[in-house]
Amino acid sequence: MNALRQAKQEAAASLLDGATLPEAGGWSRAAREDALARLRAMGLPSKRDEYWKFTDPGTLTAREAPKAVTFDHGEPPVFDAIDRLKIVFVDGVFDAEASDDLSLEGIEIARLAETGSADIHWAGDVYGRLEARGQSPVERPLAALNTALAHDGVLIRVSKTPSRPVSLIYHHKDDSSDAMLHHVVKLEKGASFTLLENGPAAARFNKCLEVDVADGAAFHHVRAQGRDHERRAITHMFARLGEESTFKSFTLTVNGKLTRNECIIELTGDNAVAHVAGAALGDGDFVHDDTVFITHDAEDCESRQVFKKVLRNGATGVFQGKILVQPDAQRTDGYQKSQSLLLDGDSQFLAKPELEIYADDVACSHGSTSGAIDEEALFYLRARGIPEGTATDFLTLAFLAEAVEEIEDETLAEEIRGRLEGWLARRRG
Amino acid sequence: MLEIKGLEVKLEEEDKQILKGVDLSVEAGKVHAIMGPNGSGKSTLSYVLSGKDGYEVTAGSAELEGADLLDMEPEERAAAGLFLAFQYPVEIPGVGNMTFLRTAVNAQRKARGQEELSATEFLKDIRAKAKDLKIDAEMLKRPVNVGFSGGEKKRNEILQMAMLEPKMCILDETDSGLDVDAMKLVADGVNALREAGRGFLVITHYQRLLDHIKPDVVHIMSDGRIVKTGGPELALEVENNGYADIVSEVA
Repeated sequence: MNALRQAKQEAAASLLDGATLPEAGGWSRAAREDALARLRAMGLPSKRDEYWKFTDPGTLTAREAPKAVTFDHGEPPVFDAIDRLKIVFVDGVFDAEASDDLSLEGIEIARLAETGSADIHWAGDVYGRLEARGQSPVERPLAALNTALAHDGVLIRVSKTPSRPVSLIYHHKDDSSDAMLHHVVKLEKGASFTLLENGPAAARFNKCLEVDVADGAAFHHVRAQGRDHERRAITHMFARLGEESTFKSFTLTVNGKLTRNECIIELTGDNAVAHVAGAALGDGDFVHDDTVFITHDAEDCESRQVFKKVLRNGATGVFQGKILVQPDAQRTDGYQKSQSLLLDGDSQFLAKPELEIYADDVACSHGSTSGAIDEEALFYLRARGIPEGTATDFLTLAFLAEAVEEIEDETLAEEIRGRLEGWLARRRG
Repeated sequence: MLEIKGLEVKLEEEDKQILKGVDLSVEAGKVHAIMGPNGSGKSTLSYVLSGKDGYEVTAGSAELEGADLLDMEPEERAAAGLFLAFQYPVEIPGVGNMTFLRTAVNAQRKARGQEELSATEFLKDIRAKAKDLKIDAEMLKRPVNVGFSGGEKKRNEILQMAMLEPKMCILDETDSGLDVDAMKLVADGVNALREAGRGFLVITHYQRLLDHIKPDVVHIMSDGRIVKTGGPELALEVENNGYADIVSEVA
């Protein structure tokens, strides 16, 4: 065993020293124990790991979460105007009073913390299973940590398309809260479902979402991460897609000291479609990392990654996106785009696009760019009387538009556009 | 209206003098044309007046109704009533034409201390003006100039001019890339805006645009200076004899 691996394992052992698996959730016991064993074998991530070269995992793996204070910019929370079923977590714990009644026709919702010894067999087939599959070929130890130790979260089974979205809201009250949530969503054949997520969650947040999309089902996901300058977050989204299914996820990230969003998708049924998109706005002490791994393991599937970042005052953006096309995944259509708009010379964008293709009849491409505001366009707008600040915002929104357009629901897309405009306007003062 | 005196301009990046002392006065209600060979400094003059980066004014002045243009930001010049119809209108993907225009109109109104136009008022106004220029609803919705033909871009410039109602309009080679029909449409749009309180400076290489937009005064520019000024007949002289004669005659 090499020295790096040993050091990582020792770090994991040290972090786990004194940790106990949650008592509840008898059916999840085996998955948790497996995850713990995986984590002990992998060890904690290190700056020397290939996929942690650009983002220092130090504060994510430290014993204590660094403090983080939330702030209120006065605008109502995102999605407030959307008709949805609200499930609220405060510092990582379910808040029954703030949440709606957890009943919605067509779906079953259960709390991970309350499942006890109940046999939720459908969740047992997913919980920790998709995460385990997503550990190869790239290790994701913090997801294994989450599977092993997460106390709370929701288990959602969608048998029939519900009338409205489910919205997970994460409040953060304690300045030193260190929260872990693990959600499972299972879409049965032909069902459609929209999941919304928002809120700063905790001083340090480790969240795992596993989504199993059966044949012909459609999963839509829109998430907004904001309202916290000091937040540190590591999130994982693992998805498996059946035949002719759809998976579409969009994430807006503003502020936060460190946010790493990993997305691991396996297209296992023919004609499946997966789109992941993100818009990130960072000002100052901000590191935002999108790490995506999409595996095409069936024929005629389409995947699309569209990530845009606006960075200023020394903010850092990271994109590590991979498309892996297995030998029998013929006629794969894979596309990835990662772009940054650097509003000054202090900010940086680090991108590592990867394509690994073993099938011969595929169309895969990637484009990664870093650029400044287009001076010609800026002058054109100003020559029409639009002040420089507004003109710059216009061009910034235009830059982000392609990512926001990935949101299919126009009302949700408008909601996100409003957030982007608000953020830019506040920056302008 | 527009008063330019002894304007000397060099490129910021390289030590190259482009304008070598331009004197020009455009009165309200008048159309002045500037003609001249390529590289004479016509477009530079339009950019310097509208405030584009990359130029350094080394001497002279430019005033709009007595206000020092050269001391203003581009958006302040626009709000003061200056409008430049670009030779090459810029494509701006992601920004809707309508949103762009409404923001521009209201930014200018705000800068002048006027009340902003409501969405309804604006819509009514733009629909009528767009119709005259044969700009359909689809073009208004599309991102600014993206996918527009050469003619559509120029018509869009005139629409902006009509909506912003400037006091002083500079048209930089508005005829370039236009066929006869498109030129007629654009010229009609410009002519509709001619009125007592508004001045025009039409920059063109060829006389043909001036068949449609009849100038009161024609200037010939060469090597960074205005070398000859006359009536509309001067444009015809250029058309018949080219620039060489005039330029050598002056030199």
